[in-house]
Amino acid sequence: MRSVCKKLYIAFILLLLYAPIITLVVLSFNASKTRAKWGGFTMKWYGSLFKNEQIMGALYTTLLLAILSALIATLIGTAAAIAMNGMQAKARMYFTAVTNIPMLNADIVTGISLMLLFLAFDAVFGFKTVLLAHITFNIPYVILSVLPKLKQTNRSVYEAALDLGATPVYAFFKVVFPDILPGVLSGFFLSFTMSLDDFIITHFSKGPGLDTLSTKIYTEVKKGIKPEMYALSTLMFMTVLVLIVLVNYIPDAGSKLQKEKALKE
Amino acid sequence: MMRKGLLFAVCALALSLCGCGAVSGSGEEVVVYNWGEYIDPDVLTAFEEETGIHVVYDEFETNEIMYPKVESGASAYDVICPSDYMIEKMIANDLLQEIHWENIPNVSNIDPQYMNESEQFDPGNKYSIPYCWGTVGILYNKTMVNGPIDSWSVLWDEQYKDSILMQDSVRDAFMVPLKWKGHSLNTMDEGELAEARDLLIEQKPLVQAYVVDQVRDKMIGNEAAIGVIYSGEAIYTQRENPDLEYVIPKEGSNVWIDSWVIPKNAPHVANAEKFIDYMCRADVALKNFEFITYSTPNKAARELIEDEDIKNSPIAFPDLSLYPNLETYLYLGDDGDALYNEYWKEVKSH
Amino acid sequence: MKNKKHLLSFPYLFWSAGFILIPLCMIFFYGFTDKQLHFTFENVASVAEPENVKALLISILLALISTAICVLLAYPLALILSRSAIKNSGFMIFVFILPMWMNFLLRTLAWQTLLEKNGVINMILSFLHLPNLNIINTPYAIILGMVYNFLPFMILPIYNALVKIDPNVINAARDLGANGLQTFLYVIFPLSIPGLISGITMVSVPALTTFVISDMLGGGKILLIGNVIEQEFKQANNWHVGSGLSIVLMLFILLAMGLTAKYDKEGGSYF
Repeated sequence: MRSVCKKLYIAFILLLLYAPIITLVVLSFNASKTRAKWGGFTMKWYGSLFKNEQIMGALYTTLLLAILSALIATLIGTAAAIAMNGMQAKARMYFTAVTNIPMLNADIVTGISLMLLFLAFDAVFGFKTVLLAHITFNIPYVILSVLPKLKQTNRSVYEAALDLGATPVYAFFKVVFPDILPGVLSGFFLSFTMSLDDFIITHFSKGPGLDTLSTKIYTEVKKGIKPEMYALSTLMFMTVLVLIVLVNYIPDAGSKLQKEKALKE
Repeated sequence: MMRKGLLFAVCALALSLCGCGAVSGSGEEVVVYNWGEYIDPDVLTAFEEETGIHVVYDEFETNEIMYPKVESGASAYDVICPSDYMIEKMIANDLLQEIHWENIPNVSNIDPQYMNESEQFDPGNKYSIPYCWGTVGILYNKTMVNGPIDSWSVLWDEQYKDSILMQDSVRDAFMVPLKWKGHSLNTMDEGELAEARDLLIEQKPLVQAYVVDQVRDKMIGNEAAIGVIYSGEAIYTQRENPDLEYVIPKEGSNVWIDSWVIPKNAPHVANAEKFIDYMCRADVALKNFEFITYSTPNKAARELIEDEDIKNSPIAFPDLSLYPNLETYLYLGDDGDALYNEYWKEVKSH
Repeated sequence: MKNKKHLLSFPYLFWSAGFILIPLCMIFFYGFTDKQLHFTFENVASVAEPENVKALLISILLALISTAICVLLAYPLALILSRSAIKNSGFMIFVFILPMWMNFLLRTLAWQTLLEKNGVINMILSFLHLPNLNIINTPYAIILGMVYNFLPFMILPIYNALVKIDPNVINAARDLGANGLQTFLYVIFPLSIPGLISGITMVSVPALTTFVISDMLGGGKILLIGNVIEQEFKQANNWHVGSGLSIVLMLFILLAMGLTAKYDKEGGSYF
């Protein structure tokens, strides 16, 4: 009974989260160009998608930007979180405050202020400026994901490792890092997601000719979203889904093997 | 092992990042800043093939989001396509340069009628060349209203409660009650504006939604009976839903023009002129018209339209002399903008 | 050792100074000057205008409601996932994050398609002879949009906190005679508070500043403070008033987070 309830609950939330996704997938097969009318089933948008150089270029920029900014933000953010965890209250105050600022501001404020900053330094607006901006708004998400994990780690285990002769770096990677890894990963994926989705900040920090999928979609709104965009979203979504399923089942098999080994020994 | 891999990946990415900066276009180019989806992509390719000039193409969503990027000089554009009042504002703030007409022979294709209209915001036709134009009117669903519609007053009709879509931008929203009551849509008279504001507040319970681009999809999907929309969208929406009808209300309305301009800091002025001249060529203007369905001021292009219905369409090419009360938006200065925005905020928060 | 650890904060120290503090100073500069660049309090004071007060109050109300709904929806879910027999609950968590990889604007547009008068949901309801659902262009649709868009930000940190709790601690509580509810109240819940607070921050802040959701699902009929600021920047091109209002909004959020931190059992360790 209880497990049925749980399953129903999970199903309900999944339905809430996936209803619009399903809608978008369905729309990608809609022969009519408008979302308001069903014009019959078609696969043609998937064909024209790959011929559309603009969309493909935007896809490349978006992915490169998301991966790079998430990686760099994760490195800087995790390091900062570790340092913050060991800090005295006053120093930590500065960091927590600073971390929260990009989240407090409306995107347009962050976007315009960054644009003014880049202007003051005479920077060439292009991929680099957008990357800097994305790293900036990603770091707080990493810190907010890692900090709670760090707080739950048991300091004495780390100290025990030190007492047993481990170097701090070794002890960190052997003892603390595995514990906070889920936080680091979720920070990375949150950053990746935020970077994928951002429009306003990208708009103000980008130069001419550089487009991400988000800026492309926003400019398309005026004349109607091109069905190719639905097709692309569907493909991206499916790719990630398949990847995650694969990644999930391969290590699972690995850990099973290890367990059997351990049992035998 | 895993750590090393990660390190390696980061280094590789950092290297590739450095590489990204180094790649920059050599040779001739022109940097164009235009509305989203406001050109036939094939035209750009054809231009590149014919002239050997590489087009760096960038898009914006509203005049207001374009303006700070140009004003701040964050990016140097060669050709921009703002609307009437924004052109006036850019002229006033010394952001544009005068066009050398001798370098744009194809300007003779543009109907003098629209050059005249442009004088309202660009006196002497010094800075701008019309690219697209249109009117603002009422799009309605014939099956959902009683009889034909010809007046803005229908937007205050109780029987269409929850079936009205209004424009969600200051000037377009205020234009409706101002025109309905016979005022200028560029009025700075506080009494007239207050009256318009009160009318908009009175109308608010009847409005289903304030939207900008959603009018099109919502009307096609029979979500609403009446919507305020740009004439350029009317042809497209009628194609998708034949029950829809577009009308310019008898009290008058807004006629808008989007024109090519060259900003002061344009790095490739000669290429910008070539680009604009190319856009004024009859066959090119026709291709663009067919792609975006917004009315073209290019009379040579209009002559080339084969479909008689479209060529003589009262929506795409209305006889402007039949509508005496059409006006373009003018730039009202910072104070005027502030006044309109203040009143609009009162409407929206009511 | 201690000093070395501090070194780790250096990259972020420089980064935050360059890309967060300097831009912030610029906002303050704009917020406290007028168009002639003379010092003024007017921009900040303009929050007291009735329209702005109203927008701020509605924003706070909607943000509170949607944050509360997010907590109510996410906590049980995170609990189920973290305690579930499913081996790969980590995989399940991805399933809940995954929808965010479709563009935010496209997803919100899709909700329009679902909720509209002639939308998908109403088509299904009328097929089943059930009464229609008319929440599009109302505050309810805005709340739905907020909950939908920000729910993953709540699930993730709570789940992360819960999954970290040592099962032995729970077992110990049970061995000592605590029932399920007591275990939850006195053991599990207090240990999950850091995650919960992370989640509340991550949900309530964007909910307070959003303008896209209220525009698209609220039919533009409800003015939130985010809309006001956006309008000052984008329609009125008045960066001074926009910045002034942003500063006020920032102070509000800081205040709210300060209050939240007071209830954080860990006594100021988080904030």
